[in-house]
Amino acid sequence: MRYVDKTVIGLSIAFVVLVFADFFMAEWMRFIGLQSLARGAVALGLLVLWRTGLVSFGHALYFGFGAYTAAMLTLIGFHDAFFLVFAGTLSAGVLAFLLGFLLRRYRAIFFALLNMAFSMILYGVIVKTEELGSTDGFSLGPPTFLGYAPEGEAVQTALFLFTLVFTYIVTVGVHLYMKTTLGSMSMAVRENEIRVEYLGYSAEKVIHVKYVFSGLVAGFGGAIIALAIGQVDPDSMANWTVSGEFVFITILSGIGNVGATYIGALVFELIRTYAFEYAPQVWQFILGGSLLAIIMFLPDGIWSLFSRFRKSEG
Amino acid sequence: MTAVLEVRDLQKTFGAVVAAKDINVTVNEHEIIGIIGANGAGKTTFVNMVTGYLKPTSGHIEFAGRNIIGLPPRAITTLGISRSFQVPQVFMSESVFDNLMMAYAITEEKGMGLLSPMYNDERAGRVDAHLDRYQIVEYRNATASTLPQGVRKLLDIAMAAVSKPTILMLDEPTSGISVEEKFGLMDVIMEALRQDNTTVLFIEHDMEIVERYVSRVLAFYQGQVICDAPTAEALVDPGVREFVIGEEYHRTRTENGNGNGNNRDDDQGSTDNA
Repeated sequence: MRYVDKTVIGLSIAFVVLVFADFFMAEWMRFIGLQSLARGAVALGLLVLWRTGLVSFGHALYFGFGAYTAAMLTLIGFHDAFFLVFAGTLSAGVLAFLLGFLLRRYRAIFFALLNMAFSMILYGVIVKTEELGSTDGFSLGPPTFLGYAPEGEAVQTALFLFTLVFTYIVTVGVHLYMKTTLGSMSMAVRENEIRVEYLGYSAEKVIHVKYVFSGLVAGFGGAIIALAIGQVDPDSMANWTVSGEFVFITILSGIGNVGATYIGALVFELIRTYAFEYAPQVWQFILGGSLLAIIMFLPDGIWSLFSRFRKSEG
Repeated sequence: MTAVLEVRDLQKTFGAVVAAKDINVTVNEHEIIGIIGANGAGKTTFVNMVTGYLKPTSGHIEFAGRNIIGLPPRAITTLGISRSFQVPQVFMSESVFDNLMMAYAITEEKGMGLLSPMYNDERAGRVDAHLDRYQIVEYRNATASTLPQGVRKLLDIAMAAVSKPTILMLDEPTSGISVEEKFGLMDVIMEALRQDNTTVLFIEHDMEIVERYVSRVLAFYQGQVICDAPTAEALVDPGVREFVIGEEYHRTRTENGNGNGNNRDDDQGSTDNA
């Protein structure tokens, strides 16, 4: 590489800082951090779709699928975080691959709502399955890490580190991928599918690739959250409101930079946590108000603050 | 002369409407063919069928030694037939350079190559050479949506030509362009395509353009080819004069002597995109 990529440097610095911070953070901070990383990863998938011109109102499907896959595997005796997260990620990816054959033919609101329809099917299935605890869900024990079985606070510390490593790899990977021909075709498909076809490539194929990727990271995020909370339930994993949260985070972050999704997810978690704590009656009102404020004052998301700053500097 | 494209007994109906009927055309290497005809005569339908956008009701289209009917546009593009559009199909929010960069990358990369970085200096060099050839260097960094119509048309055609197609079909390259600019635009296009030995078929309403750039004319009327002849012959063909050019135009010019050539009643600049 002849020039140094600023985003990769930024992500690497953040990675190193967070690795050290992991050992000093208060428990609640680490928990919020873990949530932000996991949800930020899901939002990263939505960002890739968004750049292709598509919005999904149903990625709780893959989030929930990944979470439940990981959780169900603990029921039959698997507890290794590497295996559980890998299985959750992969299963969601396979599901996205299969549904992708249908969904890649739809655009705009049809794409968004068809995703939501599928996600609500999963929700319905989970709610009706008493073996999986129905609306209560079920809990899973603490994960092990390749034989290392931490206890107490060390579980979260290890899990945070584990999540950090994988989100770092995925995020840098996505950033580099965006610069490849296939990655750049997001723009081409968003701008003009006819031209893409007449240049000799299938726009639907491009969309399918992006869709499978978004499914993979959503499954990843779901599996992480399942391990972090130690409990899965349909309302916080597979309901359409969860899909809405991911879209919320994506709007909050903006699609300017891959790192922005984590900042957006963190801001979202903080707003939600504090709004819930200090104004339990009106916390949704506060959440909605902040979304409105973002759309009105920062239509390109939080990231536009950074680019604005950089522009005034240069 | 070797035939590169053979169209036999092509038919297309939309319900009761016959958009193409008994079309038989052989296109030879390096030919420049003008497709003329009034609105709704079937010109764009013909281009759409050859490029795979529309599936003919029946007939054969043979290209590169195989029947290409039923192939999607991307497969036909890969085989070597490209097209430009009456309404330019470009990536509107991107710069001219990035538009062509994308076109080059999609054309050049296959399989795992799609995962190599899109931008590299060699490719950027090719893009700049292409900009130069189509004389749009001064618009290199301009956003496509802000371009003047003529430049956007050039960009559209330049993007279609990136793959160095055997045949390039241009759908009304000069529609929406002012009379003064038309010849300049066509000179650039034809010179650029000549360097690649591209066979060109283009739809055109302006007979002066046809006379100047075309060696052979295909005249369409009500879905049929009513004349397929060298340009000089075709333009005096009675059928063409009546149904395509319109006798009125010639009468005002030659008999009354008061015509200034502006009151032609053909339909230049109009839209008939299928």
